[in-house]
Formats: sequence, C-alpha cells, structure tokens
Amino acid sequence: MTLNIISPGLSTSIQDLGRPGYFHLGIPLGGAMDRFALRCANMLVGNPEGAACFEVVFMGPEIEFEKDALVAVTGAELPPTVDGEEKECWTAFEVKKGQKLGFGFLKAGARAYIAISGGIDTPPALGSRSTYPIGALGGIEGRVIGAGDKVPLGDTDAIEPGQSVPEALRRMPGTPAQLRVLPGLYWHRLTEAAQEGFFADDWSVAPEADRMGYRFKGGKALEFVEREQPFGAGADPSNIVDGCYSYGSIQVPGGLEPIVLHRDAVSGGGYFTLGAIISADMDLIGQLQPHTSVKFKKVDMDEALAARKERKKMLADIRAHLG
Amino acid sequence: MAEIKAPVPGTFYTQASPEEPRYKSAGDPVASGDVIGLIEVMKTFIEIKADTAGTFKDYTVENAAAVTAGQTLAELDD
Repeated sequence: MTLNIISPGLSTSIQDLGRPGYFHLGIPLGGAMDRFALRCANMLVGNPEGAACFEVVFMGPEIEFEKDALVAVTGAELPPTVDGEEKECWTAFEVKKGQKLGFGFLKAGARAYIAISGGIDTPPALGSRSTYPIGALGGIEGRVIGAGDKVPLGDTDAIEPGQSVPEALRRMPGTPAQLRVLPGLYWHRLTEAAQEGFFADDWSVAPEADRMGYRFKGGKALEFVEREQPFGAGADPSNIVDGCYSYGSIQVPGGLEPIVLHRDAVSGGGYFTLGAIISADMDLIGQLQPHTSVKFKKVDMDEALAARKERKKMLADIRAHLG
Repeated sequence: MAEIKAPVPGTFYTQASPEEPRYKSAGDPVASGDVIGLIEVMKTFIEIKADTAGTFKDYTVENAAAVTAGQTLAELDD
C-alpha cells in the first residue's frame, strides 16, 4: 500500500532515529530533529518507536491514502485535517482509503512528525531510512519528498484510534527558549567577559537555521584570549587546528554568530567549539522557529546527566500511559 | 477584501533586492499567481503568490520584517 504525495510542503523528509556509527567517516547521525516527538508519534499509532515518519518543517504536505490507516501528528502544533476536517495533534486518528491528509497554518514549534501505522517502508541506507539530502542517502532517492511521489508503507495490525499523549508529557521550548550548555575543550579560549556575556546575552534564531546547524544572532561578539595561532590553524582567533565536532557542539565563526551542529552536521573542521548543548535539549532546538528568543544556560556534567535521566523518565511515563 | 498570508515563518521581503522596486504598490492590479513578496527561511527564498485576483491595497508588514506562519502580509481590494 502506498501514500500519494499531492503537494510536499516546504521541505518534508522521511526520518527515523538516524544512523549513528558513521560520523567518523563524515556521514552524520541524521534522523529526526525532535526524536522525542517522533517516538511519541510512532507509539500513538502502534509502530516501533524508531519507525520512519515524515518530518515536516513549517508547512505541511498534502497526502492521499490508498488504504485505511492510523495517523498521529506530534511535535510542532501544525493542525492536521482529513478531507478538510480538523484533527487533534498528539492524538491518533483514522484516515480512510481515498481520503486526503492536509494541514493548516503552523501555530507553534517548527517541525511536526507524521507517523502512519505500518511505518514508511522505503529501503534503508546504512541501517536507516533517514533522508540526508547532501549525501543523497535514505528517503526516496536520497532527497526530500516531491509532488507525485509514491511512498510505500509497511504492514500493521489494526489498533484503535483515540490514544493521546497528555499535555503535561508533551515537550516544547518555553519563551524565551532555554538551551543548556556544557562548556567544552576550547572554553578557555574565551575571555572571562565573553564567557559571561554568552550566557547573559539575548539571542534569536537566525532564518538560515536548518538540519545541519542552528545559527543564533543578536548577542555580543565574543572576545578571545590572545595567543599566537598554532601551526595549521587559520589566522582568525576562532580558528583551531582542524578537530572533531560533536553533535550539539557550538562553533562561533569569527566570534560572531554561534552555530549549534544538529542531526545533518559536518563532523569536523577548523572552528573552536565553546561547548555543547546537552543531549536532553537537542530536541527542543528542532522546534525553534526563526526569530525565536533564546537564552543559553551554563550547566555542569552532573546537571546534564540528570536532565538526560529526566527526559528518559518522561518517555517511560508516556510508554506506561499508552500501555 | 482578500488577505495574503505567510505560509511559513521567516523574514519577509517586499522587493527582490534592495535595488529593485517593491513587487506591488497600492492600486496595482493583481492576478492570481502574481508574486507579491519573498520569505527567507532555511537558506531559501520562497515566492509568496496571490491566490486570488484583485487590486493591491498595501503591505501590512515592513520590508525585512520577521513574520510567523499565517500572518497577513498584504491586502487586496476586490
């Protein structure tokens, strides 16, 4: 059975939990920008948590169904419609054969996840169906979906619609969004004033933020501790001798606009990284619209691990709730 | 009166570049499908098109303003 893509939206891609294990070869993790939302969407329709979904950014697609299916939309508040009739987000609903799934205007957040019972069944690449367009990997022919595409679905046992994730267990960024940062290897390169300024300043999401990296603007330029640049590093004080980048690491080219590397990031390069966003907050970044206000908050390793534990508990609570 | 709304959030431009005039001015005829502005988001520029015909009234947001999805960008008189 297949889904017919009538209109694709702005940049709708097939994503699962990604393909860890190849970053040292320059192949990024990939997968949903908000993995929490993807897991929830799959749970609501009775799929394995890591089944492939559509990741929709800002503007929804229109999809015709060739068979009855159960659908759930989580993450961004992007109101789904079935033949024009509005449905709830974070709640499983039925779409019948021949009906069309559409969407209203985005109300909050940035990325919605559409899970369909059976899961999207495109051929995996390196163990994942996630689309990495720059590497032409995964998805349909390694690209975002287009009008006229036919998307295959896996088989499933019928389960009941109506399951819902309670509001208290949904996770969206606040206003301003707070992103917790663990300072890293190159933290000492910044002057004390710059270290403090980074956390004190008000930042906002730059419009060019995407799956590779989220760029922030509006804070003061960072000042670096003076040094003679080592052999092999560029002349700019934000340069280092090429090194590895981690998922979530924060580079600041020229000391001007911080960029948080996300699921489709490059794996190395010549910019210093002042630290990393803690893993528990990476999903929140996937829900930031351009121009959203952001504050960075300094945490230590204990706080970062506690936050990770808390997030795992939230998922466990949802699993328990949905039985 | 018809409103043209932003399909996506981003930065709205009333002109294709700083050197060029605005896409539409008050009183201009608008055909369905005419481009009335651009929204920049995720390193791409999306053309914003009128979905009905009419007479251009005015933009309701400034050039280079931050906009949200569903926000009214311009108005047309029938």
